[in-house]
Amino acid sequence: MKKKERKLFGNGLGQLAIPIIAICVLVIFNLIRDPSFFSIELLQNSDGNIVLSGNLISVINGASELAILAIGMTLVTAACGGQDISVGAAAAIAGSTFVKVLKSGGQITGFKVLLAFLLACLVAVIFASFNGTLVAVFKIQPMIATLILYTCGRSIAYWINGGATPTVESPILTAIGGFIPWIPVPTPILIVLVMAVIIKVFFRFTSIELFTQSVGINGSAARLNGLNSTFIKILSFMILGVCVAVSGCIGVSRLGLINHETLLLDIEMDAILAVAIGGNSLGGGRFKISGSIMGAYVIQMLTITLWAMKVPSTNVKAYKAIVIVLLVVAGSPVVKKWFEKTVSRFKNRKPEVAAKGAGES
Amino acid sequence: MQDECLLQMRNIEKRFPGVLALNGVDFTLRKGEIHALMGENGAGKSTLIKILTGVYRMDGGSISIEGSPINIHSPQDAQNKGISTVYQEITLCPNLSVAENMFIGREKGVWVDQKTNEKRADEILERLGIPARGAKQLGNCSLAVQQMVAIARAVDMKCKVLILDEPTSSLDDKEVKMLFDLMRDLKAKGVGIIFVTHFLEQVYEVSDRITVLRNGELVGEYLTEELPQVQLVAKMIGKDLDELNTLGEAGEDGKTRSEEVYYEAKGLSSSEALPFDFSIRKGEVNGFTGLLGSGRSESVRAIFGADKVNGGKVKIKGEPVKITRPIEAMKHGIGYLAEDRKRDGIIAELSVRENIILALQVMNGFFKPISRRESEAFADEYIKVLNIKTASRETPVGSLSGGNQQKVILARWLLTHPDYLILDEPTRGIDIGTKLEIQKLVLKLAEDGVSVTFISSEIEEMLRTCSRLIVMRDRHIVGELTGKDLNQSQVMKTIAGGEAS
Amino acid sequence: MRKTRLLLLVVAVLAAMALAACGKKGNGLIKVGVVNNPPSESGYRQANVEDMEKVFSKENGYELHAFYSIKNDEQLQAAKGFITDGVDYLLISAAETTGWDAVLNDAKKAGIKVFLFDRMINVSEDLYEAAVVSDMAAEGDTAVKWLLSQNLSEYKVIHIQGAMGSDAQIGRTGALDKQFADGKMTKVVQQTATWDENAAKQIVETVINSKEDFNVIYAENDGMAKGAVKALDDAGITHGVNGKVIVMGFDCNKWALRELKAGNWNYDGQCSPFQAQIISDIIKGTRKVTTKKIINEEKGFDAKTITDDDINKYGLGN
Repeated sequence: MKKKERKLFGNGLGQLAIPIIAICVLVIFNLIRDPSFFSIELLQNSDGNIVLSGNLISVINGASELAILAIGMTLVTAACGGQDISVGAAAAIAGSTFVKVLKSGGQITGFKVLLAFLLACLVAVIFASFNGTLVAVFKIQPMIATLILYTCGRSIAYWINGGATPTVESPILTAIGGFIPWIPVPTPILIVLVMAVIIKVFFRFTSIELFTQSVGINGSAARLNGLNSTFIKILSFMILGVCVAVSGCIGVSRLGLINHETLLLDIEMDAILAVAIGGNSLGGGRFKISGSIMGAYVIQMLTITLWAMKVPSTNVKAYKAIVIVLLVVAGSPVVKKWFEKTVSRFKNRKPEVAAKGAGES
Repeated sequence: MQDECLLQMRNIEKRFPGVLALNGVDFTLRKGEIHALMGENGAGKSTLIKILTGVYRMDGGSISIEGSPINIHSPQDAQNKGISTVYQEITLCPNLSVAENMFIGREKGVWVDQKTNEKRADEILERLGIPARGAKQLGNCSLAVQQMVAIARAVDMKCKVLILDEPTSSLDDKEVKMLFDLMRDLKAKGVGIIFVTHFLEQVYEVSDRITVLRNGELVGEYLTEELPQVQLVAKMIGKDLDELNTLGEAGEDGKTRSEEVYYEAKGLSSSEALPFDFSIRKGEVNGFTGLLGSGRSESVRAIFGADKVNGGKVKIKGEPVKITRPIEAMKHGIGYLAEDRKRDGIIAELSVRENIILALQVMNGFFKPISRRESEAFADEYIKVLNIKTASRETPVGSLSGGNQQKVILARWLLTHPDYLILDEPTRGIDIGTKLEIQKLVLKLAEDGVSVTFISSEIEEMLRTCSRLIVMRDRHIVGELTGKDLNQSQVMKTIAGGEAS
Repeated sequence: MRKTRLLLLVVAVLAAMALAACGKKGNGLIKVGVVNNPPSESGYRQANVEDMEKVFSKENGYELHAFYSIKNDEQLQAAKGFITDGVDYLLISAAETTGWDAVLNDAKKAGIKVFLFDRMINVSEDLYEAAVVSDMAAEGDTAVKWLLSQNLSEYKVIHIQGAMGSDAQIGRTGALDKQFADGKMTKVVQQTATWDENAAKQIVETVINSKEDFNVIYAENDGMAKGAVKALDDAGITHGVNGKVIVMGFDCNKWALRELKAGNWNYDGQCSPFQAQIISDIIKGTRKVTTKKIINEEKGFDAKTITDDDINKYGLGN
């Protein structure tokens, strides 16, 4: 009983407190503003499918790319103590590769889509490894290392297709970016689920969590325990590369169009924010992927809320910034400490005697 | 008696989540006395000090200064009420001058008169006999002088109670003497000094009275001259010192158990260590000794492949092997507990459990994770075996006391079931009880056939545990001592460069 | 990045000089130096660059040297290079409106005639022959005029804006804002999607979810219009010719014009990237300069009247 109580404010659930509270506040705020905000209904879309529709679906669907990127960003942050700011540009490259293969003559078949996706993955992983090598081998600050690709990535994406906004049409793409016939849930939501399961399984069957955290918290000690920190860091970047490719391909498939300038524009900042809102330290070390994913949904829900409130275009970013400052401050060590202190003072009114020696440092 | 009482703490109580850190502790400090506060790590010394300096708030009890009850709200408040602290780590600014450091944060107006301040600083320093000038940059002074400047600052702030928290741990003998002179001087001026330290000899050299804490409770207050050293230790760890004495004998037994050579290196060198020869038999405990910088740590790091290995032939059980990286050493059954626990040992934010399984997990590989249940079982086992004091196995290891952190790292290597364990300063900065436990553990391991290389700055500790001592000076091995040569004077001679056997 | 650019610049200038050396022998071609933004900037720019290459070709009697950068200082360097190199005409689409006086004076002294295209520069009018530019406001006006000509009983508009503060956004928003202010049209929502097509889709989704009625989508580029249409499709709302919702886009990408032709959209406006022919006509004397500022004709296509020829001739990309 007591143990559970402590966990809430310790390292267990405590980390998730901020995203959970943020989601709750946004939900309550919207319900007060408009009781039908979260109503979900079934509609018939233009292809004749029965599909789910509603703000809740829009939020979860719209946040898909961000959620997937947040997974990879969390790992890179944990292992390297820094962030990859080139994910948007890299996603544009991956998306362009995807489109390039699809447009290369002939019918678009399932096999071709798979091939295009794998090639997009390959390209994204190569670029991610480049970033990872700069960070892990040449010890360049992650933000500086990825600044290179951030700057030139979208130009590279342009070279791949040459045209500004090439389009591809195919029922298969519609199924990936929209709805699979007879399944009323938008496919990107399903893809996020699949990615989450894959990551879960990967964590279950490898030691990546322990190794990444060890490397991120104390690289020197990790090395003396036989860990190859270079490998772990590059691996984290490569996993992010796969996440980048998946979200890039989703982004392209949604409309069957690649705009190298706007595909997942500014998403790197949102992805970093998602990691921070999820209660993860941006300095690396301990992490919780579920927190980052929740962070992604918080950001998307905030965006949709602002749109639904019809906040003027010029003010949207300012409002977003205010809420995010509040969230990040609420999750800061200072506020957390204060909160823990208050809680423990309150709890200590009850007498309790337990094991000794752990309180002193 | 009552009128010379400077500080009275009565029935102090402090709780942390799940832990009662102080339970009804009394502490009395009189005018013009040096009062040693003793106890193992985790006994509650730091907590008591932090309550006194306003870092923590107490949950019960009372504090009074010169008979009038006070409440301490913050460190600033404590200073205003005449309670000053000088910590182990210097908390001054090395890039400012001595005078600036002494008066920083106390200027009345915006304008600081450099010259006047320096003159005033010089006066104070001279009065206290501190060999420093106000104009000098603090970072250019020795650590001892820096510490003294910190004390001078405290004294100048009209402190009545001066707390010295492990002030001598980074000072050499001469500097310690200087510090003690200053302490005696202050004592004569009527300041009450609370002295926290691990060094027993220093307690007897300088203190008048000793208060002993154990497990958050008061054991008692004693006049220093009436409490023999052996009894002090017994009171701190709560058991008899006979154990300490029998340890040495146990060591004798295990000294020549096996003739089989486990590890052998010829001309081994690394980026940090000059070529050296070394070997260890199965079940042998040997040690590297020498002054700091003599190359003892660098040599054992070369054995483990911790630094870039440049050359040399290594054999394990007679088979030639190549060890250039830690993982290769680990695969050959070698474990290495690094000298710097914080930098090279613990993963502070990870739990006790995760820290314990780390090395084994690395050896198992990336694709063979230890299941949660298994790792919990491992952690519980070693928490019990090594008597690790932690709130739970999921507590971040960084929040444990130094001795318990060290035990966690020991557990990490024991879990890999090494054939050869290298322990570099495993007992540094930890309390006597744990030191003893670790020494016992080393001998126990040797008995089980594990080879151990043990390094410690305390020669007595090594004499007690090792059957062979390799002495290093200026990055070279200058002697090997065994048998009846294993005594303090012989070791000293060899280190100093006298006759080597 | 910058270094490679500079290197490219040096190579370009050297190549230009080499060519110039040949040119001096008198091959009879008119030497044209073009300082432009890079084609990767947008579909508009790509069409613009292609158009330049097509018009100022050898077959038409031109020798074209082009330099692309989005940085003003690099553009200035390149312009100086062209002047030293002795081109006959200098064509400029500047990255910034300031800093060009010195260079244009040099050109004038060297007897090189200067044309501005696409964008104006803050210099005295006598430093250039003519400026062939787009009028973004006129473009918006054309589109809104078309919308008004549809004679709907009511106009409930979802207005999806581009990146706030860009020329195109300001021009395309202005005309519509006037209608909102006059009360002739109702603003259901006005929100920026920063040119991001997926954001546009989400904005329309949010309106649909809140069950608000609307019958016009005015998206400030093709991509965002496509995103908006996707949201309509997902909700089963009809659009285009004979549909419930009128869809308007801008830029005239070929794929967008095909949507128009298929009746999925109703209108696509264009800020014309085709200035080369006008400049060529002036150079060859077939067109007289009456005012220095020549506003390029802005096209607007109606789904009911668009032809395959229009798509091929005016559509951007492929």
